[in-house]
Amino acid sequence: MRHLLATRDLSYDHALAILDTAQEMASVSDRSIKKLPTLRGQTVVNLFFEDSTRTRTSFEAAAKRLSADVLNFAVKTSSVSKGESLKDTVQTLEAIGGDAIVMRHWASGAAQQLANFGWSSSAVINAGDGTHEHPTQALLDAFTLRNRLYNQQGTGKDLAGIHIVIVGDILHSRVARSNVWLLHTLGAKVTLSGPPTLMPVGVHTWPVEVNYDLDALLAQRPEAVMMLRVQAERMSGDFFPSAAEYTRRWGLTNDRYKKIANTPTLIMHPGPMNRGLEISAAAADSAQNTALEQVANGVSVRMAVLYLLLAGQLGQ
Amino acid sequence: MTISYLITGGTTPDGIATDIAIDANGTIAHLGNSLAAEAAQTIDATGKIVLPGLVDLHTHLREPGNDDAETVETGTQAAAKGGFTAVHAMANSNPVADTAGVVEQVYRLGRQSGWTDVHPVGAVTVGLAGERLAELSAMYDSTAQVTMFSDDGMCVWDPVLMRRALEYVKSFDGFIAQHAQEPRLTEGAQMNESALSSELGLAGWPAVAEESIIARDVLLAQHVDSRIHICHVSTAGSVELIRWAKSQGINVTAEVTPHHLLLTEDYVKTYDPVYKVNPPLRKDSDVHALREGLADGTIDTVGTDHAPHTQETKQCEWVVAAMGMTGLETALPVIQHAMVDTGLLDWHGVARVMSANPARIYRHAEQGQLTKSGGLVEGAVANLVVYDPHHKFTVNPTDHASKSTNSPYRGMELSGQVTDVFYRGHQVVADANLTTPYRHS
Repeated sequence: MRHLLATRDLSYDHALAILDTAQEMASVSDRSIKKLPTLRGQTVVNLFFEDSTRTRTSFEAAAKRLSADVLNFAVKTSSVSKGESLKDTVQTLEAIGGDAIVMRHWASGAAQQLANFGWSSSAVINAGDGTHEHPTQALLDAFTLRNRLYNQQGTGKDLAGIHIVIVGDILHSRVARSNVWLLHTLGAKVTLSGPPTLMPVGVHTWPVEVNYDLDALLAQRPEAVMMLRVQAERMSGDFFPSAAEYTRRWGLTNDRYKKIANTPTLIMHPGPMNRGLEISAAAADSAQNTALEQVANGVSVRMAVLYLLLAGQLGQ
Repeated sequence: MTISYLITGGTTPDGIATDIAIDANGTIAHLGNSLAAEAAQTIDATGKIVLPGLVDLHTHLREPGNDDAETVETGTQAAAKGGFTAVHAMANSNPVADTAGVVEQVYRLGRQSGWTDVHPVGAVTVGLAGERLAELSAMYDSTAQVTMFSDDGMCVWDPVLMRRALEYVKSFDGFIAQHAQEPRLTEGAQMNESALSSELGLAGWPAVAEESIIARDVLLAQHVDSRIHICHVSTAGSVELIRWAKSQGINVTAEVTPHHLLLTEDYVKTYDPVYKVNPPLRKDSDVHALREGLADGTIDTVGTDHAPHTQETKQCEWVVAAMGMTGLETALPVIQHAMVDTGLLDWHGVARVMSANPARIYRHAEQGQLTKSGGLVEGAVANLVVYDPHHKFTVNPTDHASKSTNSPYRGMELSGQVTDVFYRGHQVVADANLTTPYRHS
């Protein structure tokens, strides 16, 4: 495995290897000197064609903890804004000396193109492409789940028998797609809930169940409920009648939260959260909400991915 | 009578080995066996098929305005190498072919080039904007004598405007060629809407967006008793609608592209924009229905939708890449692969859907002439293609005459080669290479 492009084609063994390595990396973060010499002399290029604070910072922290050099490249300060092609941009950066390219891009498939069209000889890590995939987010979500469910003793374990409900704007969510494939690979049961207008066409062919009744799903006491951000910026026209109606039917409102408060059901959110729309303040601030842990775990997972790809520890 | 060329040993579309003598006037002088002609140049067509020159109702030549992608000269060279003796140049040039001046320019460039007939297609609406009818009569009255009008690339979406266009062109036996695409249902569309588009995170182009416009337009054509042609049909549902319309006696004709007869949406998994096209590549079941529709006559003709683009507009992110594929030079081998090798069409059928039918739709007198049994016609203008169906090759678009290389068949193994083409009795292709153009008097 040379690249991490999607969870759709990530094997069970590779997924577990990343999660187990992340477990080891997490221990580095607990040390007073949070650094390993593993990638000394290697350069990681953060190539972000879309604004992102948490993902870019997380990758930067991960690379630096492995002693790699980091080049941050934001599109607004590049020649891309002058009309340079993706191919030329990447080849210019490689000439400077990148070993891995961490790319976020507004176009679905951009990471695949980079890896597969001969435009780059670097390891390519997809940090989110359009509405396609965001594989490291799904890996950190799985890592967070495993840590919580197995009380930090999850090494070697998958998520078989675990029920996760993903709620909201599935249609526009690369996080949802990556989670669906990865959670399925790891043996979890996934149920999607949200307005039918925000369910992808052909979702019946995915390894998921679809249930529009969020209250009924929460009553089943799933191990986790993952609330997705409503991506209004990707929507043209009305996908639901009003924000209020959306919240009434698919928001984790105070009333809904009260029904699962103090139960084992975890609340997850990839952030940033629209408080008052898909999640209430009480739910967002509760101890059941893993959102901040997800952010912290992101560094460990990204360290694991960089380590395994650049140190060549993932077999073909 | 001076015989210029003698084609010997070839098989005509009716399956009969026939020698063909072409005279100095550019007509088929004699058909028969063991013909001999003094001072004639002889072309040995043994083992080859001799078809009437192909007619493409749907070509993009890009000139004026986008001559970095194609020109009338290079586009018609590509057409000649593909076996076409007439092409119809779509109106979405820059400026748009919505006036007599622009269509006359394209027509004149075609005459100057001399590789094939070039018939400009006029825009239905000014600037393809879908708001006001272009001066359709002026384009008909021009030197180009346009009778086919299309906003191809855009759908004539306004039902009232479509009705008016259908009514208006009746005064000179014109017809409207519709790019059937409901615009609201396809906003931002990137590929066929399906489980795969959801998986790939690419906005979907649903079949119903094509089918709903076809359903509306055949009813409008029936209502005003006019002629309508449906461009690049791509879905099984569209085939069913056209079949129904024909059964009702509605005056509708339709075309399908070679790529929609061969390729499926599965190619999009690569995110290679060479597979990005409008309408998009569909599913296996659609390909099957389109093949059946072409074989049984529901779909009348093959239109290449040859859409050349520069590398800059194709070697980029899928979402921003231009839509379209080149197709003139691969059309016949692809049709052989999809229709002949599968037993769905014989060579008479190929001559019908790639020559006689499109010529009939445009009312060409000098193209696509066939006898009822599929034989060639003595006395007809010698627009002929000699084709070797046994020649195997790997598609390499850099070998093409087209300026552009955005062929979806790159690297694909196909059979068939256009070896010789006669355009108005002049050999414009010999041994699969361009010779010299025909000079119009």
